Parts: sequence; C-alpha cells; structure tokens
Amino acid sequence: MTVTLATSFSTAAQPAPPGGPIPPAAPGEPAAFDIRGFSLWYGTRQALHDVNITVPARRVTAIIGPSGCGKSTFLRALNRLHELTPGTRITGSLHLFGEDLYGPGVDPVVVRRRVGMVFQKSNPFPTMSIGENVLVGLRLNGVRDRNFLQERLEESLRLAALWDEVKDVLHRPGTSLSGGQQQRLCIARALAVQPEVLLMDEPCSALDPLATAKIEELIQILRERYTVVIVTHNMQQAARCSDRTAFFYMGKLIEYADTRDIFTKPANPQTEAYVSGRFG
Amino acid sequence: MSKPISESTPPAQRPVRRWPDVSFRLVALLAALSVVALIVLVGWELYSGSRLAVAKFGPGFLVHSRWDPVSDEYGALPFIAGTLVSSLIALVIAVPLGVATALFLTEMAPVRLRQPVITVIELLAAVPSVIFGLWGIFVMIPFLRDHVFPVMQSVLGFLPFFRGPIYGVSMLAGGLIVAIMILPIITSVSREILRSVPNLQREAAYALGATHWEVIRIAVLSYARRGLFGAAVLGLGRALGETMAVTMVIGNRPDISLSLFAPGYTLASVIANEFAEATSDLYLNSLFELGLVLVVLTIAVNALAQLMLRTLAGPGTGKVN
Repeated sequence: MTVTLATSFSTAAQPAPPGGPIPPAAPGEPAAFDIRGFSLWYGTRQALHDVNITVPARRVTAIIGPSGCGKSTFLRALNRLHELTPGTRITGSLHLFGEDLYGPGVDPVVVRRRVGMVFQKSNPFPTMSIGENVLVGLRLNGVRDRNFLQERLEESLRLAALWDEVKDVLHRPGTSLSGGQQQRLCIARALAVQPEVLLMDEPCSALDPLATAKIEELIQILRERYTVVIVTHNMQQAARCSDRTAFFYMGKLIEYADTRDIFTKPANPQTEAYVSGRFG
Repeated sequence: MSKPISESTPPAQRPVRRWPDVSFRLVALLAALSVVALIVLVGWELYSGSRLAVAKFGPGFLVHSRWDPVSDEYGALPFIAGTLVSSLIALVIAVPLGVATALFLTEMAPVRLRQPVITVIELLAAVPSVIFGLWGIFVMIPFLRDHVFPVMQSVLGFLPFFRGPIYGVSMLAGGLIVAIMILPIITSVSREILRSVPNLQREAAYALGATHWEVIRIAVLSYARRGLFGAAVLGLGRALGETMAVTMVIGNRPDISLSLFAPGYTLASVIANEFAEATSDLYLNSLFELGLVLVVLTIAVNALAQLMLRTLAGPGTGKVN
C-alpha cells in the first residue's frame, strides 16, 4: 500500500525515519501550490490582497498571523471551500502541480478530492462508526472492493497514529472517542482518499497539550508523503513542526521564508513584532 | 484617602423580602398543577361518559365493525381503521414533501427566496380547517374524481388498494387533505432541525469531495434523522385528531374497505357528525367511548414513536467535539 501512496507524486519518495532530522528542501522538488496575484473578496470586503506564494511539495508550510488576517480564508481558497460562502470572488491564479484549480471546467468537487482538509474542531459524522467515518470518502468515490477498503482503513488509521487505540472498537460511533482521538480520526478520514495535499486549519486549538503533541508528531510523519499546509495561532507550533512559514497581516502576505529564518531573523519589522509577541 | 471597602459603612438597605419568592413559587406550581388537573378531568369525563357503552360491549367495542344507531349496536373498528389509514396516507405524502421543502429552504434556496416561501408556508397553517374542507369539496374532489383517480386506477389497478368504484369522496381524499394540513408543521419543524445541523458537518463532507447531494445525504440528513423523525411524529399527532376538513371529504361511511377510493370514517369525524343527533343514552356513551379511544390511540402512537426513536434510530447526534 505504501507504493500506491508514494506514486501519487511524480518524484521518488525519500523515506526518512519518523522524527528524524528535517531534510533540506531538495532542489528540483516540484512546487505543490503556485499562487500568483491572488486576491479574494467577500462581497465588497477584500480579504486577501495580491498574494504570491509557492508552497513546496512534501513539506510542512505554516501560516501564521493575528486573528482576521486572512490566513483561514487563504487556506480555504486552496481547496475552494470558501465558495460555500455566497458572494465570494477571486482574481489571480492558483496552480496545484501545474494545474489551474480555478480554470474553466474545473469541478470544485474534484479539487477537494485532491486537497483534503482537517478543521479547527473535530467533526466526525456522529451517525457513523469509526470505520465508516474513515471510509466515507472512498465510498463517495464509488469504491466497493471490500479488501481494498479494509486495507485502506487500517493504513489510514495507522498513518493517523490511531490504529492501536481503535482497532478493536471500529464499530463504535466516531463521537465516542476523546477530543484528540476524534481529531486524529478526522485526519485519517482526510488521508483515506489519498489527497495530494492536506490542509489543517488550527487543528490543535481545541486540544489539550498532550493531544496537541500527538498531532504535531503525526504532522512530522505525514510530511514524508504529503504536502501539508497548516494554519496556526500558536507560534511555537509553527516553529516546531513546519519547514516554511508565511506571515499574513491584514490580508497581505508580509513575509514568507524558511521557518528558522522567520523566527530568528525576520526580514520585515511587522513579522518581527508579531513573532516576538509584541502584537497579535 | 478613602477607607478600604470592608471598613466603610454600607448605606441603609431595606431588609430582604421573602414573600415575592414564595408567592411566585405558589403561582407557578398552581399553573403546572392545573394542566395536570385538566388532563385528569378530561380523562375522567370521557371515562364516566362512556360507562354504559363500556359495560354493554366490553372490549368487543374495539373489534366490532357494526355501527347501527337504529338497533343500538356500536363497534369502533371502522373508525379506528379510518383514522389510522387516513393519517398514514397523510404522513406518506406530507413527510417527504415537508422534508424536501425544508431541505430546499435550508440548503439550496437563494437567501432572498427563503423568507417569502416561509411566509407562504405559515399562511398555509393559518387557513382555517373548514376552508380546506370547502376547497376539498368544490375543487379537490371533482378534480381527483375526474382526472387523478381514473389514471391511478388504470396504472396501479393491479393493487387491491386502487380498485373499486370511484366516488370522489374517499379515504384517499381524506388523507390528502390531512397531508396538506400537516405540511406546514412538518416543514417548519424540519427546517428548524436542519438549521441546527452544524456547518462544520457540511464542510467535513465538502472537504472530502462530496457533491451537494452527497453532503445533504451523509452530513445533513443522517445528522438530523432523529429530529426529522420527531417532526413526522408531531405531524402524525395532528393528523390523528384532524376533524373538520376530513369530515367534509372522507365520505363518512363506517365501512372497512381495502380500496382507498372507497369512503371511510374517522373517530374525530363521527364524534363531530353524530353528537347532536345521539338520541339514546347508549349512542351518546358510545360516542364518548370513541373519544376515549381517540385519546388513547394518540397517546399510544406517540409513545410507540418515542420508543422507536430510542431503539431504531441508532446512535444519534451524540457529543460532537
């Protein structure tokens, strides 16, 4: 099954031991998202101003910034989820592995199958069991092969570091789990459809420190296979688990650099003020 | 410098008065008790008013289908059957229609269209029962008799429910009119239920690449299914007791027929129709007993629905973090 996962990407996988040192960004690694001149409006209110950013594949990119800076809006634009809000409008271009996600004839449903998402609050489907929750995406795609589903169920839960805790209670409702387990269940659900990118919108903000640590550990494992974009309020979290960090303020991308640089020698005074805790 | 707050002398205050607490508690208790007393009183009246019939017919009253004031013989079965069948028809029509309307209003309709549609539905609820009955007699019945029923008979005639002569007034017409009358309550309760589904549930499904219909199916309907079942039960409660409009279109014949085109009679209708002309004591007592049966039936159906809700609906909307 690992083979299937790795072949979703054009380049060969470079497996590293979990928790090992972060490999340097390999030159020639394709960019996952290539975003040019991207602006977004809610009605007449402009939420994003001319954002230019290249998100590397198989890296963790953190988006930080004060409340209302447009970071969640930006994340939701990556899988076109913002379109659920009536009256939104965009300009500019957004490419995923060279493909224009906003091109004519591109179905947002297909975009969202390629770009999975985990939310601030865990949201398992309460009427489904743990197993059904993980497999619901595959079933929506019309997968019926029992063996395949079984394999994918185990693999997704293992990947989300939840398998050992739930393997004997797969029939229990997803909501019977603890908060942290529910969030990992949601991650497993998002991973089961093998997205190319995983978006995380403050995935730990409702969790206690222990559950948070588990999720962060998980992100480190995921970055070997997936491109992860994580919005976080928690700067330590961004510093701990991301390779690249983007700082948004007032709907503008202020600074975007290697995480180490953002936190140690930010180029922009606004970034410095924010990461040193002087505002936000 | 002012003194610390603990050392300053407070201004004179009037002593705490207890009597508002006590009297309010008393008034609230009385209000609550009066509701209970009312129900007990209704039950007692129905029971004492029907004692003659209960003594004469015993439990056989429920299973005999002869209703003959001339020879003073009374059985409730045709009315029980009529009430249940007409309510069932009403539910079968009104629940899908009401839930679909509610889905349209919460999930699909453009925001500007929502309020007008809701207003129209509320207007439907404000129309008096007798007006529906009149409309039923002069508009719906002729239309059904001349256009709808013949087509149904030719298409579905292989089923026993759609055979036999067509009069217009019928069990099916009664069910239809009740369906129209319970549609507003089912729609508005369903709408509230669907509105209470957290957006996060919808987004979870959208983020998995679900289409609009799939989102409605896996995130909205399954989350709301208990509540929607409750909406149907509320509608059923209304349907069982609906009187005026049904009386005007159902045909009022105390027969049990498999055919839905045949006239029927409901518990509520027979009480309303025959109360004034009940000359003998036994006749009056039998009508009272029908009332008792209606109350018990309504309570039993509701209790059964509650039971089903607990056992069949499975794990509901438990805690969602």
